[in-house]
Amino acid sequence: MQTQEQVVPIRTPESSFDDEVVTVIAKDGSTGPADPKLPVEQVVDFYEAMVRTRTIDVQLERLQRQGRIGFHIGSLGEEACILGSAAAMRPQDWIFPCYREFGALLYRGMPLQTYVDNMYGNADDPVKGRQMPDHYTGRAFRFGSVSSPIGTQMTQAVGFAWAAQKKGTDEVTSVYFGEGATSSAEFHTGMNFAGVMKAPVVFLCRNNRWAISVPSEKQTASKTFADKGVAYGVPAVRVDGNDVLATYKVVRECVERAARGEGPALVEMLTYRVGGHSTSDDPRAYRVQDEVEQWRRTDPVVRLRRHLETLGAWDDAREEELTKGTEAELKACIAAAEAKPKPALGTIFDGVFAERPWHLEEQAAELLNGPRAKDHH
Amino acid sequence: MPEMNLVQAVNDALRIAMREDDDVVVLGEDVGKVGGVFRVTQGLFDEFGEDRVIDTPLSEGGIIGTAIGMALYGMKPVPEIQFADFIFPAFDQIVSEAAKYRYRSGGEYTCPMVIRTPVGGGIRGGHYHSQSPESLFIHTAGLKVVCPSNPYDAKGLLTAAIKDPDPVLFFEPKRVYRAVKMDVPEGDLELPLGKAKVVREGEDVTVIAWGAMLFEALASAEEVEADGLSCEVLDLRTLWPVDIDTIASSVKKTGRVVIVHEAPKACGFGAELLSMVTEKCFVHLEAPPVRVTGFDTPFPYTLEMEYLPLQHRITPALRETVAYEP
Repeated sequence: MQTQEQVVPIRTPESSFDDEVVTVIAKDGSTGPADPKLPVEQVVDFYEAMVRTRTIDVQLERLQRQGRIGFHIGSLGEEACILGSAAAMRPQDWIFPCYREFGALLYRGMPLQTYVDNMYGNADDPVKGRQMPDHYTGRAFRFGSVSSPIGTQMTQAVGFAWAAQKKGTDEVTSVYFGEGATSSAEFHTGMNFAGVMKAPVVFLCRNNRWAISVPSEKQTASKTFADKGVAYGVPAVRVDGNDVLATYKVVRECVERAARGEGPALVEMLTYRVGGHSTSDDPRAYRVQDEVEQWRRTDPVVRLRRHLETLGAWDDAREEELTKGTEAELKACIAAAEAKPKPALGTIFDGVFAERPWHLEEQAAELLNGPRAKDHH
Repeated sequence: MPEMNLVQAVNDALRIAMREDDDVVVLGEDVGKVGGVFRVTQGLFDEFGEDRVIDTPLSEGGIIGTAIGMALYGMKPVPEIQFADFIFPAFDQIVSEAAKYRYRSGGEYTCPMVIRTPVGGGIRGGHYHSQSPESLFIHTAGLKVVCPSNPYDAKGLLTAAIKDPDPVLFFEPKRVYRAVKMDVPEGDLELPLGKAKVVREGEDVTVIAWGAMLFEALASAEEVEADGLSCEVLDLRTLWPVDIDTIASSVKKTGRVVIVHEAPKACGFGAELLSMVTEKCFVHLEAPPVRVTGFDTPFPYTLEMEYLPLQHRITPALRETVAYEP
């Protein structure tokens, strides 16, 4: 006699990704078989970008605590997965950010002064003070525009990547998001459209274990986030996101296969959000300090430094020079940003449309002739 | 000059735009091989191929999200939402993304696209195939909203919308789709956005309407003409930015205004029009402005002709407004 199970083959999905995490840098600083074997100067460049990102992060958090900027959303502990993946994008490729990737934007060449002007929303802010701090845009650096609602950038990245391909380029688009965003409609839709349209897009999931106060195990019943690729026919891979060389290697391969016309990929980058969600968040309310300390032991910066030391490519003197240099540069940028005026009053009405319609002209006149106009230049 | 209905006129505008500009692509549910459930995109798939007339997976959020990505890159997507009632899964992408890209990026990214969608009732479609959600998009900074009433305007306005540098919601009155035929010129026809049309001149009262309700307004205007009432009827054509000059000069002339729309009354576009008329024409008004609209209920199926602001409801409103004495 057949059992019920045989007649109706309901299956519990098995994870194909459970134990498969690409790692390169071992605890002792040596590298494994997936080592991309980059020139040592390039690895030093990664390290410098990571330390620079962290140094800026720490200073901006301090600045927020002093009440000099309104907000900061940082990447403490996630530097390797952000910089490693950004570095894996070729110059012609595009990045659609979530909101935790200022390190990638600076790595792509946005001047620190421009970023700081954006933090202050002053007259030199490229987006004219229209968005909160850390909601940057950088088209000149082939970098998208930050939106706060979760997941919105994913379907856009798919359409963007598809358009680039149809225009005959080999440009690949990557899109960042946290593991919490895999619960959003846009993730499912984006992955599905990417699979069907074979768009040259690389989905970069920063699995940092926390979506504000909700731990990653509450986001999904799947064993891993990479498993989600299976349902959409999107190839997926898990990588140690605290290992910059492994992240670079994995993302680079995904970029190259997308550029060859082999379609999208999903990369789950395993990392940890050491800081709060943002300066508005205090994680002590929902997670134990032990967990944080445990993750600090896998610190991506410490890990890469150990590797560089085995190569004889780094020492304390260089570290101090880099940290102090970044701090001094940032300090000068902050002083300059604070001395700059606010955006002109009338700019509120610019850029709603390509041209101002009558109702905005009317409202602009109201503001410009209003009681606060004299406080502005 | 060929005679066209509104379906054919929209199709013609799309075809011409796609022939002129390789960056114009059409995407949506069933828009490809079958040519759309209303056949508005019929034949485009055969002429332009599956890369420019794209049958997408079934997700409105995905259609608009990917269309935004295409627009950001430099293409001119014309996504179709099968019914305006289905637009809400894409609401966030439209109001927080497409509408805001130019502003939030300091002009580094722009989002020129035309979202086409059939709108309105009177076709026995029930709640989910009959709604008129225009005021939600008018309320959203960064969007233009167009609703033609006839084939000629549909072709000319869609052509302009596709050339426009900003995102445009293009509502097609589905009750008019095949009900009205008229001469529409072959080849290029472009009508400027933001211009209303005085479709009937009159002295006693101004009636403001658009889409399918324009014909109801005209029927009422004709009905009361027998009683010696002279109605001026405006077809807004572009709802936003609205042509305030044409509205104000008409109301200043007649001193009385009746606003007609299918959408519910509360916070419907009529509320904004009424406010504008009051602000701009207060001393010229001889009667309280009146709205004849859908009711503040979900759109009903069996009783849809009682819900809609049809001739039988517009005519008494015209008579009462003209007869009003303080």
